[in-house]
Amino acid sequence: MSGGVLFALAGIGLFVLGLHALILRTHPLRKVLGLNIMGSGAFLLLVAPAGMPPDPVPQAMVITGIVVAVSATALALVLTVRLRETDGER
Amino acid sequence: MRKSEERRAAELALVMLLGLFGVALGWALFSLASFTASLRATVAGHLPGTGLANPVTAVLLDFRAYDTLLEMAVLWLAVLGVRGLGAVPPGHAASPGAVLDLLPRLLVPVLVVVAGYLLWVGSMAPGGAFQAGSVLGAAGVLLLLAGSGLPHGWRGRRARLAMVAGLIVFIGTAWGTLLANGRMLAYPSGWTKALILFIETVATLSIGFILMALFLGGRPPGEEE
Repeated sequence: MSGGVLFALAGIGLFVLGLHALILRTHPLRKVLGLNIMGSGAFLLLVAPAGMPPDPVPQAMVITGIVVAVSATALALVLTVRLRETDGER
Repeated sequence: MRKSEERRAAELALVMLLGLFGVALGWALFSLASFTASLRATVAGHLPGTGLANPVTAVLLDFRAYDTLLEMAVLWLAVLGVRGLGAVPPGHAASPGAVLDLLPRLLVPVLVVVAGYLLWVGSMAPGGAFQAGSVLGAAGVLLLLAGSGLPHGWRGRRARLAMVAGLIVFIGTAWGTLLANGRMLAYPSGWTKALILFIETVATLSIGFILMALFLGGRPPGEEE
């Protein structure tokens, strides 16, 4: 099994794991974490087929994607805080 | 008791469904004829024209520069969204112990130098605006966590300007190239590397400050309540 296939399978595994948490966990923080793990899986899947030298296009998409994911997470966390404030303890 | 059993069964069914979903994803992926297809050769063919040696930077700021421009806009939108949700309740007031007092003094200068290095090396080796901006943002967050905050010259209005500067410079360059040769973000030959370095420098600053602002609930450093 080549490294690329292994990375792709790991990416799919992370994606499914994150989806599981997103559906089953009720706490919003866990849902945000689940979404993040799904995102990491997608990133890993994107860069997985890269041989040597790696394909620069998915790499460029992933590096911007990571920073955008961080900012989206910040937005989700603030929404979580607001939800908790308006909804009481959860 | 019965309810928890039902729930357990439902969870088991969900896990099995998700397993099937994973298998289907894997099957879909490997039945793709183009799993190993690559734009490597195309990028490598156009690389000499840019004057850059790092193909990832060439893709980010030349071949797919419009994409990157929009991503800077997305970062800015996230800040606006976070800010629009109102002030976040303050976290734990920092009571810097000896470690938290000393660590930023040692680390922040190193982080700033590392960010500068990553920015500069981005044209020929792994590095660039996003990596350098993240390191810069981490340095800022470390300062904020330690309770010392940013240096006075970098608070308030100037921090706000730093947050939008990357997007402004990027859009300005887009307009400039559009007016000059009718194609957006098609840099004039010979100027590619200089323009990219300029955009990346300002974008690094912006990304760093945007990450700090996200940490502070969308307010630029020095404006937090």
